[in-house]
Amino acid sequence: MAVVKLQRPKLNFGEKIYFGALIKGFFLTMTHAVKSLRGKSVGADELASSGLGVTMQFPEQRWDEHLPEYYRGAPTLVTDEQGRERCVSCQLCEFICPPKAIKIVPSEIPSDDPWVKVEKRPLEFEIDMIRCIYCGMCEEVCPEQAIYLRKDYLITGLKRADMVHDKKKLYEIGGTRAGLVNKWNELK
Amino acid sequence: MPELIFQIAIIITKIVILTFMVVLPLVPVSVYFERRFSAVIQDRVGPNRVGIPLTLLGFKKDFHLFGLIQPIADGLKLFLKEDFTPAHVRKAFYWMAPALTVVPALITVCVVPFGSPISIFGHTEKLVIADLDIGPLFVFSVASLSVYGITLAGWSSNSKFPFIGGVRSTAQMISYEIALGLSIIPVLMYYGDLNLSTIVQQQADHGWLLLPLWGHDADHTFISKLLFWFPAAIAFLIFTISIFAETNRMPFDLPECETELVGGYHTEYSSMKFAMFFMGEYAAMVIGSALIITLFLGGWSIGFGADAWVSQLHIGDFYFGGLIHLGCFMTKLIGFILFFILVRWTVPRFRYDQLMKLGWVVFFEAALINVFLAALIVAAPQLEKTIIGVGAVLLVIVTAAVIWVAKVSEETPKVLRA
Repeated sequence: MAVVKLQRPKLNFGEKIYFGALIKGFFLTMTHAVKSLRGKSVGADELASSGLGVTMQFPEQRWDEHLPEYYRGAPTLVTDEQGRERCVSCQLCEFICPPKAIKIVPSEIPSDDPWVKVEKRPLEFEIDMIRCIYCGMCEEVCPEQAIYLRKDYLITGLKRADMVHDKKKLYEIGGTRAGLVNKWNELK
Repeated sequence: MPELIFQIAIIITKIVILTFMVVLPLVPVSVYFERRFSAVIQDRVGPNRVGIPLTLLGFKKDFHLFGLIQPIADGLKLFLKEDFTPAHVRKAFYWMAPALTVVPALITVCVVPFGSPISIFGHTEKLVIADLDIGPLFVFSVASLSVYGITLAGWSSNSKFPFIGGVRSTAQMISYEIALGLSIIPVLMYYGDLNLSTIVQQQADHGWLLLPLWGHDADHTFISKLLFWFPAAIAFLIFTISIFAETNRMPFDLPECETELVGGYHTEYSSMKFAMFFMGEYAAMVIGSALIITLFLGGWSIGFGADAWVSQLHIGDFYFGGLIHLGCFMTKLIGFILFFILVRWTVPRFRYDQLMKLGWVVFFEAALINVFLAALIVAAPQLEKTIIGVGAVLLVIVTAAVIWVAKVSEETPKVLRA
């Protein structure tokens, strides 16, 4: 490889004495300070700032309306328009889950049930939200379109046990998905 | 005997009030200002939550108080942290070092005049703990002791990054001490006094050193004050920048340069020992600003000839003008601390060789020449015209020679061979 000779830039007297740049710097920082105190920082509008800098202040202000379409929140289970749970406990999500957050106990549907031809349903379905990394692989792998990542992001608890979402909780967050849902189109 | 007890009581009261109720609270306050001001500069919010937690007591709303309680929460956190002493340190020095950085900074408080004298029941008391006749010298001698704290911290940690931090700090502080001492000689020459109270009183009567707009008389003509403004401004510049270096503040904070030295000299420290270094740094900043204000910006003086009138104010026997002057001094102090912070978040860190060059090649010479310039201007009224002319010519020649030597001795970068 050829050696490239680099010449250091020649500084003129004003640049050497450094004070001009200092004063310029003070003006720059003070402009930023004044602008952010007035809530007029660059990008304050599109970031929905609280009026001080560009920051949105959390508990009072939420970014819920600003969530993008593709946002991946908590994974949930959904029921279809007939109120039937879609999950057939094939356990594919359990196997694909990279951090092993999902635990499913499958069970058979009794013969007197109208949906007996579905054959299986989960007896227990638990997602440990401490382990979950919100990768969305469960959603991708599900053949029955039963598990979806919703936009819930405030998953909190006081104990480890609080952070494990059981079946009831998962259906509660997930809600109903009516009609044939093609998860690859824009509607998700 | 009662006289002596009365004197001691007054001294203790002054120490408690001025050191522990005026200067020490300024440390957390300046930390708070640092965090909020830097946040605002960087378009952020900064700590604005910690206040009075009324919700804990069952009330509906908290008082946030703009987050002013944050420094207390920080201090409490540092108290409660584990005070860990690594096994490989030299224990005695390791324990001594944090105290050695805080104590000198707080001792120097005692010569700073906080306000004009207060008088109650005919008893007049100066608002300065020790009215020493060697004010600035005392400050320099004691403040330079804090370099021991940093050096010992670096050495006793027995680990390489703190050690490099300590060595850097020693070199830096010793280099800048020279410029610091030389730069205020013109000021002391002008006032002919080393007592800080007297210096401030003179500024109150005849105009601040950098704002000489009032109090003209035969001894203090407007022209002479205006002429002295130039050496004073140079001295102010050198002194301020040297104080920045002396307190290890941002453009010169090489001893704790995070990108190179992890945490610098306090890498191995935790809990309250770390907090002591932190406090020492900010206390040094407060004292540095106080000294700059006292010497150049009129100390407690309100200015424009209002000081004599303010000192007259009284309710019965209680002359409270000193308290107003104290408020004025604190306002100036906080203003200057804000300037310190602004500099920290504006100017990028210097390289080590640039720092040394600035100290030894630029400031040392500039301060030295400034001494002679100031001497010429101070002595001019008593001298004959020819002598003034000769002096001025000599000064110009010496200045040119110094600049020429500095230029010639400058190392030219070697041209890379292809």
